[in-house]
Amino acid sequence: MSQDPLPSANPGPTATRSAPASPAGASVARREGREKVTGTARYAAEHTPPGCAYAWPVPATICRGRVLAFDTRAALALPGACTVLTHENAPCLAPPDDPALELLQNDRVPHHGWYVALAVADTLEAARAVAAAVRVTYETETHDVRLTAGHPHLYTPESVNGGYPAISERGDFEGAFAAAPATLDATYAVPPLHNHPMEPHAATARWKDGHLTVHDSSQGATLVRDELAALFGLGKDEVTVVSEHVGGGFGCKGTPRPQAVLAAMAARYTGRPVKLALPRRQLAAVVGHRAPTLQRVRLGATHDGVLTALAHEVATHTSTVKEFVEQAAVPARVMYAAPHSRTGHRVVALDVPSPSWMRAPGEAPGMFALESAVDELAVLLDIDPIDLRVRNEPGTEPDSGRPFSSRHLVDCLQDGARRFGWLPRDPRPAVRRAGGLLVGTGVAAATYPVYLGGSDAEAHADADGGYRVRVNATDIGTGARTVLTQIAAAALGVPESRIRIEIGSSDLPDAPVAGGSAGTGSWGWAVHKACTALAGRLRDLDGPLPADGVTETADTRQENAEPSPYARHAFGAHFAEVRVDTVTGTVRVHRLLGVFAAGHILNPRTARSQFIGGMTMGLGMALTEGSTLDPAFGDFTPNDLAGYHVPVCADVPAIEAYWIDEDDPHLNPMGTKGIGEIGIVGTAAAIANAVRHATGVRLRDLPLTPDKLLPHLARLS
Amino acid sequence: MESSPQPAAAARTTAATAERSDMVLHVNGVPYPLTLDHRTTVLDALREHLDLTGAKKGCDHGQCGACTVLVDGRRANSCLLLAVAQNGRRITTVEGLAEGDRLHPLQEAFLDRDAFQCGYCTPGQLCSAVGLLAEAADGFPSSVTPDTAAPGAPVPLTADEIRERMSGNLCRCGAYPRIVDAVGDVRDGGIRTGQDVAS
Ligand code: FES
Ligand code: FES
Repeated sequence: MSQDPLPSANPGPTATRSAPASPAGASVARREGREKVTGTARYAAEHTPPGCAYAWPVPATICRGRVLAFDTRAALALPGACTVLTHENAPCLAPPDDPALELLQNDRVPHHGWYVALAVADTLEAARAVAAAVRVTYETETHDVRLTAGHPHLYTPESVNGGYPAISERGDFEGAFAAAPATLDATYAVPPLHNHPMEPHAATARWKDGHLTVHDSSQGATLVRDELAALFGLGKDEVTVVSEHVGGGFGCKGTPRPQAVLAAMAARYTGRPVKLALPRRQLAAVVGHRAPTLQRVRLGATHDGVLTALAHEVATHTSTVKEFVEQAAVPARVMYAAPHSRTGHRVVALDVPSPSWMRAPGEAPGMFALESAVDELAVLLDIDPIDLRVRNEPGTEPDSGRPFSSRHLVDCLQDGARRFGWLPRDPRPAVRRAGGLLVGTGVAAATYPVYLGGSDAEAHADADGGYRVRVNATDIGTGARTVLTQIAAAALGVPESRIRIEIGSSDLPDAPVAGGSAGTGSWGWAVHKACTALAGRLRDLDGPLPADGVTETADTRQENAEPSPYARHAFGAHFAEVRVDTVTGTVRVHRLLGVFAAGHILNPRTARSQFIGGMTMGLGMALTEGSTLDPAFGDFTPNDLAGYHVPVCADVPAIEAYWIDEDDPHLNPMGTKGIGEIGIVGTAAAIANAVRHATGVRLRDLPLTPDKLLPHLARLS
Repeated sequence: MESSPQPAAAARTTAATAERSDMVLHVNGVPYPLTLDHRTTVLDALREHLDLTGAKKGCDHGQCGACTVLVDGRRANSCLLLAVAQNGRRITTVEGLAEGDRLHPLQEAFLDRDAFQCGYCTPGQLCSAVGLLAEAADGFPSSVTPDTAAPGAPVPLTADEIRERMSGNLCRCGAYPRIVDAVGDVRDGGIRTGQDVAS
């Protein structure tokens, strides 16, 4: 019964394609599935070399200042204690690329939760006790962790995450907005959000004959290898980083994180292998978060709903450690054909933990605001929100003027509307009930850019007819092993069963991280190139294969360095039906449906899981997830899974994901756009728009919790 | 690099002390005599002492369900159980669900339905699902079981019942719809109970 419950692809009305860009496209089961369901797949903390010691970090309990002194006497007197590393005795590191990795190098405390020491002991229990017994004296300075729209230290950065300019203007926004017959001016807020993959960051490090080997929970072992080599002054060939199975990442394992560096330091200091699994409650402060955003959207339109002016202005925070600016206004440069537009970002460096990547950075929070605003305009003008979007469909990318390599947003909206049963829809709010609950439906669009990175790969043909493909891709749950095997099989023209795939170690050919929805496109391109070359070599071969087989390597850096003349983005449409309890203020999602146009879908089975997974995280963003920074103690208050509510099974109804299989020749040899992130992008806005339809209440602050909704519902219950 | 102190306790004592006790944990049918620190949880005993790393640590606080195992046939968060208090108990982990090469029907169903992505929550989901089927068969109500249900009678496992009863097991990859489908497949096809696999 392994057939998919849904058709594998549905060619949309305009997405005609004669032959697929690649023969891959079958619903192939995950290669490592059996290991995962039998518990034999080993993750980073599940390697325990003989003599392994355990480490436990000591986080700072102040938000700004410096360490005056450590008292480790009581800690070191505990049974099993091995050492306590601090900036006074820890190995010196070269200055890191990422200042957040400058660990135990000086007395400075830039935020609450910053690691000031590391306890090492014979057992896990002892390490935890030793860490708890370390006494630290601090000198504290006043701190500020409060982002406000009028914060005096907000500034315009040079660029925002992704390398985009902070500000982009075309035409005369202010003039056009002032002259517009219909206008909307609204401010939306997205709180800090936490990635919280189910596997906490962990590393097991050991040194042998000068060679450092680290099992690390990361989204890219090549990058971690490079960073560790630089930090410890080693050659890249003196470090091996293995990330064979990774329990999710969603961005927070996309850059090297403290556990790998600390475990390597401790192993070096003690001469023993050291295992360090970061405690869940410490993660929020040290592995990045989605920075909060305050987003003002102004729309000017004709009475027919044609946009004449669009402004999206974002205020956000970063830490004093480094500048990371959530690019929430960038999707507004892609979406709608407004002749006059202004998009901009300002940021303030606060005494907060450093923000970083979280699934669809920029797009996820930015599209909540933009797509809520578009819905507000539709309500204002009494135009169906799908029609309104169709009326503002651009011919070329609005900001750049470049043609789209492919854009099937309207098809996604229309196909989704048909599948969801969008029409007939009474636009009046608060007039539908089911079992005493108010019912509403909402729609939102989604977009996510196509990123690609250069990669190496190697393909080898054995003399006995088998094949081996090697590339340091990382499977964080995406199905990378499986889809890369499909790409290789298609290029070689052999069944997948003949191919062995090796991924997840920095000793394999270098490859970029699993991030930016770029994995399949980037690694796959190199695999495709190596396998195509190998297939050519085998065709030309006279006689049998040499005993040691034939190997081809590929490097796609040059192809990837060439800028594309096209604007390349995936698009999607999200539909939500919610039920609202007017007595409790509780919103429950009754159903979610997404239709995506993300290039050629190589594996419908694993692709659907990714789309649904993204939509589920979007449901959390809409209804349950929201972190807060306590102004006094300066750190995230909901710092574990009891305080920070990721959706549970009972929160998640039937979710359906469909796609329009695009034939886009301007991407890569497989014709893929990337699917890991777009699923989250429009979900929160679709749900918020549905809540508005159900209740007449427009909430602009996520998440849509009962305390925010209930005060508005008294008249309805 | 600074010179490093020698490990203090390379040779661990196995004798019981004020801090450690002898105990026997029966895991997947095998008795393991152990001398463990009183602070050691069942989860850490499995992962760090028995090299049974199938049960996962997601939070160590009873908040995520990744560490779910069966104790005498009932599911439990093994991060919340001190090993010393489980002396003599029969523990089933994900490694004990299959019979040799023959997977448990739930494992088959999870594979068939692609009911996971990263796989980190999966061992806990599987053990939890085994426990769930037994609980429903034994008439344990959940908060969505109708008030009118006969006490003690087997509870029909609707999709809502499955969702409710699986809600102690977080999946950040968002595999929930397929997990519900997979459990539903096994409900429809018949399954061994938790008691069976624990023995
Ligand atoms: S690890 Fe036990 S419930 Fe999370
Ligand atoms: S499969 Fe990744 S957390 Fe469930």
